[in-house]
Amino acid sequence: MPAVSKGDGMRGLAVFISDIRNCKSKEAEIKRINKELANIRSKFKGDKALDGYSKKKYVCKLLFIFLLGHDIDFGHMEAVNLLSSNKYTEKQIGYLFISVLVNSNSELIRLINNAIKNDLSSRNPTFMCLALHCIANVGSREMAEAFASEIPRILVAGDTMDSVKQSAALCLLRLYKTSPDLVLMGEWTSRVVHLLNDQHMGVVTAAISLITCLSQKNPDEFKTCVSLAVSRLSRIVSSASTDLQDYTYYFVPAPWLSCKLLRLLQCYPPPEDGAVKGRLVECLETILNKAQEPPKSKKVQHSNAKNAILFEAISLIIHYDSEPNLLVRACNQLGQFLQHRETNLRYLALESMCTLASSEFSHEAVKTHIETVINALKTERDVSVRQRAADLLYAMCDRSNAKQIVAEMLSYLETADYSIREEMVLKVAILAEKYAVDYSWYVDTILNLIRIAGDYVSEEVWYRVIQIVINRDDVQGYAAKTVFEALQAPACHENMVKVGGYILGEFGNLIAGDPRSSPLVQFNLLHSKFHLCSVPTRALLLSAYIKFINLFPETKATIQEVLRCDSQIRNSDVELQQRAVEYLKLSSIASTDVLATVLEEMPPFPERESSILAKLKKKKGPGAVSVTELEDSKRESGELNGAGERGPDPSVMAASNASTPSPSADLLGIRSAAPVSNAPASAGSLLVDVFSEAGPAASSGAVNDDGFLRFVCKNNGVLFENQLLQIGIKSEYRQNLGRMYLFYGNKTSVQFASFTTTVSCPGELQSHILGIVEPLVEGGAQIQQVLNIECLTDFSDAPLLNIKFRYGGALQNLTLKLPVTINKFFQPTEMASQDFFQRWKQLSQPQQEAQKIFKANHSMDTEVIKAKLLGLGMALLDNVDPNPENYVCAGVIQTKSQQVGCLLRLEPNAQAQMYRLTLRCSKDSVSKRLCELLAQQF
Amino acid sequence: MLRFILRFLLLFNRQGKLRLQKWFVPTSDRERKKVIRDMIMLVLPRQPRTCNFLRWKDLKIVYKRYASLYFCAGLEEQDNELLALEVLHRYVELLDKYFGNVCELDIIFNFEKAYFILDEFLMGGEVLETSKFAVNVSMEQADTLQEMMGVCCRI
Repeated sequence: MPAVSKGDGMRGLAVFISDIRNCKSKEAEIKRINKELANIRSKFKGDKALDGYSKKKYVCKLLFIFLLGHDIDFGHMEAVNLLSSNKYTEKQIGYLFISVLVNSNSELIRLINNAIKNDLSSRNPTFMCLALHCIANVGSREMAEAFASEIPRILVAGDTMDSVKQSAALCLLRLYKTSPDLVLMGEWTSRVVHLLNDQHMGVVTAAISLITCLSQKNPDEFKTCVSLAVSRLSRIVSSASTDLQDYTYYFVPAPWLSCKLLRLLQCYPPPEDGAVKGRLVECLETILNKAQEPPKSKKVQHSNAKNAILFEAISLIIHYDSEPNLLVRACNQLGQFLQHRETNLRYLALESMCTLASSEFSHEAVKTHIETVINALKTERDVSVRQRAADLLYAMCDRSNAKQIVAEMLSYLETADYSIREEMVLKVAILAEKYAVDYSWYVDTILNLIRIAGDYVSEEVWYRVIQIVINRDDVQGYAAKTVFEALQAPACHENMVKVGGYILGEFGNLIAGDPRSSPLVQFNLLHSKFHLCSVPTRALLLSAYIKFINLFPETKATIQEVLRCDSQIRNSDVELQQRAVEYLKLSSIASTDVLATVLEEMPPFPERESSILAKLKKKKGPGAVSVTELEDSKRESGELNGAGERGPDPSVMAASNASTPSPSADLLGIRSAAPVSNAPASAGSLLVDVFSEAGPAASSGAVNDDGFLRFVCKNNGVLFENQLLQIGIKSEYRQNLGRMYLFYGNKTSVQFASFTTTVSCPGELQSHILGIVEPLVEGGAQIQQVLNIECLTDFSDAPLLNIKFRYGGALQNLTLKLPVTINKFFQPTEMASQDFFQRWKQLSQPQQEAQKIFKANHSMDTEVIKAKLLGLGMALLDNVDPNPENYVCAGVIQTKSQQVGCLLRLEPNAQAQMYRLTLRCSKDSVSKRLCELLAQQF
Repeated sequence: MLRFILRFLLLFNRQGKLRLQKWFVPTSDRERKKVIRDMIMLVLPRQPRTCNFLRWKDLKIVYKRYASLYFCAGLEEQDNELLALEVLHRYVELLDKYFGNVCELDIIFNFEKAYFILDEFLMGGEVLETSKFAVNVSMEQADTLQEMMGVCCRI
């Protein structure tokens, strides 16, 4: 046991903790915990009333068990009892328990809220603070509803103690963040602003967080805080290091408050009032000056606190972006930090400079540090610092230094950490494109990129280089020559083969004059890679071959022979086989003129946002790439594409748009189907139909719920099917349990790699996958997976099944709604007419009923309707409804926590082709959900 | 979007055992487990004397090791890492002042106290009271209350 004897050590608790620590195995620990839980349960259930101390001790033990990661399903009531104890420690433990184990049990929330209410009105500051902490910790909507109007009053009341004011301010902030609609602005708001003038530093520190948040939402209402904040800041900045007593942190006066003030000012533009502005500029200058003074302490805490303020001041300067003098000083200061011996400061300097680089006043100043930054990229020991350096290089790049920066990034890429390679590749690709003045440099860079880091080059990158080569005729010859040379390397990346195939197929003629790259040499070079490539690449190469036939009639015989051989024309992959057959046919029957029209050079691509940029943005999350940056590159990539100069032919636009699933898709506009449909895109409607369906379409991550509704009234069938994959399900349900068999069938002849499935359930369901699927699914094979499902309570959201696998090189990602609906847990209930109507009347509260009148979507045949109702899982009751045309059903939904009785009545109107559906259930959410589900079934 | 200064605070030891977890933003159980696992995997293998900041998803991670314990906080994109580092340090100081030369065992056996001290210092992820003196005063007050009442109810 540790030496601490403060407060009252709870001996029993300490013994229990020691026991747990002495457990040699997980099993032993669980055994000890179960013993303790049994003990506590019997104590709580026992006849003898427990005294407050024991209650506190047991509640504390439960809390400990919970924090170890075990579930706790009792003791809440005892904890709530502790809240109303008038002994501080008991109350405190009670509140801690409630804060950690939030429970949405409405009965308890009411009791908890009552206890809080009592403590808030107790006028005992310690009790009030405990209550406020609890509200802030839980922060639920129920609590916001109960207290959102009370807390502002406590905050601004004249007689509230300082410590309570502090807690009230932050508690209100917490509620405002979760339920802004419940915190109403009012008379208190103006008084809150004046807390900035409060004598107590703690009150100001707490209040300013609230004010900052409120100003972000209602800037005009809180405008007055700007001048107050400036004068408060000025007083702190000019105070001596000891003036603020306990609010001085390692000789730095009030660092937290200073930073918060500077942060508050970042919610507003520079002050308009000249005097206020002057005072603020003075403050900022003082902060910058202080950075040059010798430190008052050698402790790292001193410099951290001081620099925290400095960085916050620099953020404000960057935010204003209007004081060139300050911006340059900020930049110089950061420049010093770039070479500081503290790794943390180098990291932060690199980070802050990224934002400075985007200001026109400081961009040039940032650029002067390029050598240091490049050096950091090469020599920093810590990968997170190197990553910041790469970010900064990216941010400071412009036309003048692009070649240097791209070269440095490329050479860094050879040894870069795996974790950041993909991002680096994207950045290099973007910079190369954005600042390319001469396109041969651009082509060289991208090909180098593929050579060095081929595995990390995403589809978007190589699509882009092709798009640009196609749109710029001055680079086509060079591109063909370079890619031809690159392909001669004995081992070259598949992405290189893709680019090579595409470019030679389009522009191979531009280098065919040289005997070293004659048509046949080109073809043989490409074909030598063919057998090592994945199916999509081979498909692309086949398209390149047919283009060759058009470009170089002399290769026709050779290529036809290739197409004709069994490994092509009888290939087990449908796509390859189809191409071989069609291309062979096309080349044999079409006249030269037709061939030339069909296989014409690709038209220029329409201008659109670089998808590489979009990908980088997505990767880094919103906010990482600033809007201006985005727009910049859009503009510049527009120039690069040359689409504007040329004015694409509208008919061509239409043709390529036809194969573009969504306007924001990738640059080739054909997503993963791109390599498949490249050749015929310009061929009008002749071949487009054949190919537009050929690509694997479902590689997106959007939830697919097409199949979902078909399974409301049935349990077995095909849930999903596309060109690659078929998913069938069989399911059975008993009581609140279900078991679902999932069958995944690989429809292609190629194996799926890294095949994984995950199921995510709403909280009301629990699912458990039995057995793990093999990561490889052979071509034509089917694998099975079993899923156990338990319904804990009624639910509306279906579980989601996510499937990921690699087909060829491309990652397929698919999310499906699993057809687990609440009606699956029905037990049919037979009952006589009299019982039915008696129960129908009992469920007469308006919210227990859900009704819908809707048009028939399917046949109104009696047998069909009956089959559906039986499939629903309820008992179909005959001779109950006086009108024999109507259908009535009864059933009980079994969930783990409760049973929900349901009655259904369906009244068809054959003449109007309409139905009226009425549901009455003992739980209103169930009525509603069933009604929604069923209305789409008939 | 409204910001929370701190999203979470975790204490774990070199063996990856979690000693304290505080969530300032509503977080599901699943998400909590994931964050805890990721943080431990991210922070433990880092070499000494590397920098104290990391990026994880859209969060900034600030961590510092004190003896056998790692203190690790997740903050929003625009927050001040250095100041967060000092939040961790101030918390250590508060623990130290209260327990007197705090060690991991103190936090294991008096976990509830560690939570109470944290509550005195931070609320909803914001700094509530930066004065060491003020925090300690309220902790001492609480203990005095506790001792006085402890006498009468432990007989």
